[in-house]
Amino acid sequence: MPDSALSDVKVLDLTNLIAGPYCTKLLADYGAEVIKVERPGVGDGARRLGPFPGDVPHGEKSGLFLHLNTNKQSITLDLKTEAARSVVRELVKETDIVVESFRPGTLACWGLDHATLRSINPTLVMTSISNFGQTGPYRDFRMAEVMVYGMGGEMYSTGIAEREPVKLGVNVLLYQAGATASVATMGALFGARGQGIGQHVDVSIMETQVGSIDRRMSTLIGYQYSGDITGRSPLGSGGGYPYGAIPCSDGYLEISAGRNYFPRAVSMLGSPAELQDPKWYAPGAQRDPDLKEEFDTMILTWSLEHTKAEAWAIAQESRVISAPLNTMEELADDTEFNSRGGFIEIDHPVAGTLNYPARPFIMNDSPWSIRRPAPLLGEHNNEILNRLGYSSGDVVRLRQQGAI
Amino acid sequence: MPKLPLEGIRVLDITVVWAGPYCTSFLADLGAEVIRIESLNTFGPLARGSMAHPTEEDLKDMSPWAGAMPGRVPAARPWNRYPIFNAHARNKLGMTLDILRPGGMDIFKRLVKISDVFVENNPTSTMEKLGISYSLLQEQNPGIIMLRMPAYGNTGAYRNHRAYGLHIEGVIGHTLQRGYADMDPSANSTVLMSDAAGGTQGAFAVLAALHHRKRTGRGQLIELSQAENTLPYLGQSFMDFSMNGRNASTLGNHHTYAVQGCYPCKGVDRWVTITLFDDKDWVAFVQVLGNPDWCQEDRFADAISRYRHHDELDRNIAQWTEQLESNDVMRMLQSVGVAAGPVMDQRDAYEDPHLNEREVFEEVYQEDTGTHRYPGAPYKMSETPIKIRRGPLRLGEDNEYIYKTLLDCSDEEYAELEAQGHIGMDYPEDMP
Repeated sequence: MPDSALSDVKVLDLTNLIAGPYCTKLLADYGAEVIKVERPGVGDGARRLGPFPGDVPHGEKSGLFLHLNTNKQSITLDLKTEAARSVVRELVKETDIVVESFRPGTLACWGLDHATLRSINPTLVMTSISNFGQTGPYRDFRMAEVMVYGMGGEMYSTGIAEREPVKLGVNVLLYQAGATASVATMGALFGARGQGIGQHVDVSIMETQVGSIDRRMSTLIGYQYSGDITGRSPLGSGGGYPYGAIPCSDGYLEISAGRNYFPRAVSMLGSPAELQDPKWYAPGAQRDPDLKEEFDTMILTWSLEHTKAEAWAIAQESRVISAPLNTMEELADDTEFNSRGGFIEIDHPVAGTLNYPARPFIMNDSPWSIRRPAPLLGEHNNEILNRLGYSSGDVVRLRQQGAI
Repeated sequence: MPKLPLEGIRVLDITVVWAGPYCTSFLADLGAEVIRIESLNTFGPLARGSMAHPTEEDLKDMSPWAGAMPGRVPAARPWNRYPIFNAHARNKLGMTLDILRPGGMDIFKRLVKISDVFVENNPTSTMEKLGISYSLLQEQNPGIIMLRMPAYGNTGAYRNHRAYGLHIEGVIGHTLQRGYADMDPSANSTVLMSDAAGGTQGAFAVLAALHHRKRTGRGQLIELSQAENTLPYLGQSFMDFSMNGRNASTLGNHHTYAVQGCYPCKGVDRWVTITLFDDKDWVAFVQVLGNPDWCQEDRFADAISRYRHHDELDRNIAQWTEQLESNDVMRMLQSVGVAAGPVMDQRDAYEDPHLNEREVFEEVYQEDTGTHRYPGAPYKMSETPIKIRRGPLRLGEDNEYIYKTLLDCSDEEYAELEAQGHIGMDYPEDMP
């Protein structure tokens, strides 16, 4: 079996919750050896967030934690103790990358800031992921995911004009921040290997949204060019028709077939005689509210006779840009996603066997793989410390001091 | 000053819409020589505009992020003035080439020979029509890395299905998990979250493959299904289904356990978000409000009761925020350690003291739009600062350099390719 893309890369993971662990999950799942440092007794905060099987909280059964920490090893270290910091410094000697998500300034207090660690390991890449970055007036502000979208992203224009701006689903923006950090980290690693220089990467979760292709950069530039603000549109005022989620017999079909693509929508409806009338193709027809209403009636008659899956198939035959709005269950049951390997069953000693999202992308010569499930808290304490040369007596003493 | 990390790496880019171009913008930021190939004879959807030759009247109708060209006028080359394109076109080189016209494939192959990476995000059938496959690339250059970013995959029944990010998110379940909790999904806005995921993790994939190639000498084919690629972002909901058979639905602006909302502030369409994670946050919040009577009511006495009476709580919070500027709410609450921040429109972002102190916007000149401030790379590096070295790419801007310097075309050959409709800086006048 060919090795993975990053199997020669070692990562020391000082992150918590979602953005940081997602960054190191990407590295780990494509082969890197990731040692995750957790607080003794408590561990990563994600262990306390759900979902849990049967809604019963358990530190080794959090679905969020299990998902985000595949392929990592766990060591518990209380970085408030000098003995634990000494272990970190030992680990830094043999690591390529440190990723951390403490509040800015915390590692400096412990003597584990980038400058110090780089004096131990000159080619070290250190990525700091924080809410607002390592500098600036908001540096120490608290953050919630909705705030990331409100302050950094395009929340202002998400929703309808009649109501308040509305966020995206679950906590997707924190994943996006982690993915952005993984790009910057790999870029820095490529430079470090090529030129022998380490560096510090500063990822502000807010700024990963300011620089996002999900509309924010475009609306910012549109404002620069014209002084016009992009806000929320009134309900039902999409560009042209048919556009948006239309009801089917069992749910919705999302469809974008207005303007240039209108002929495809006509073909989707079986090219009925009524839609051959030149009025549909006259300039301005796509902006005519009466025509839109007339068309809406026709498309509803069609869509309500079909399930969303049937409607999707018919729409795609006419090359209409479209998709069903699936539930998680419908996705998990989808034959195509299953046969391509979009999901993977992973066995975990405490949580048991569960279905997880699988690889984000397929590398044909250096495969993604699950080598181990998410670690138990401190599962690899002895293994890692023994490798560093700590005797079993040392390990006991570290434990007695509360360092591990 | 050390070199940028990807200096010396050449990337060929025939990407369309958003996900692909966003991927190559990461690579360009990091110093790769990204060559974007565009055809003068096709006008790709949502690339350089919704039409090649919009009138002033057309632009007037369009939302700012699509139609807000400087002064709302198309000028001589509107395709170089499109905000959506200009968002991801920094730091790239560009050439025009029509692979389907005589001579086109030959030039394409010569480009492949001198490149390290090739990136595309088309439906599978489009690539078949162009005659481009990984084995074709390997014949020219055995060490090449190819990244393909189809919507659902290059195999399977959905391999040619047409989709934008909005549709991909529908299939993987995001759409039913966002938007107002009390409205149906037809009220949902168009968002492009999966384009952001595709572009970002596509760039990560290329970097991982470059790293692997350095160690092994081998290139490879990477297939990124944008749907599969975005699914991990919904891990929490997917695991909840795996564990409990539950289908997540939207909570609107509410949180799974905290008190959270988006509340109106003084002024027109001004908003602030507030999140109260625990009792400590609640106590601090109540103090900032001056401990009004309603905060003492039993229904808000503990975290469970507050969550149970969330809507009533929201109304009370809104009555307080309505009297204040959104920035003042942020300052008052952040000073006691409570998460609160304004919903910033685009002007707010440009005027924001934090973003300005961190130099998030960079002033850049481009011949067809003038000088403007653009958002730069979404991270900072200490030793190799990532800057906008070059403004938004103009159509065919680097034809001379790429054809003559990189490919050694003679003046004669160049003139011939120009006559065949490969080379130019303008779309034909009759293109809609």
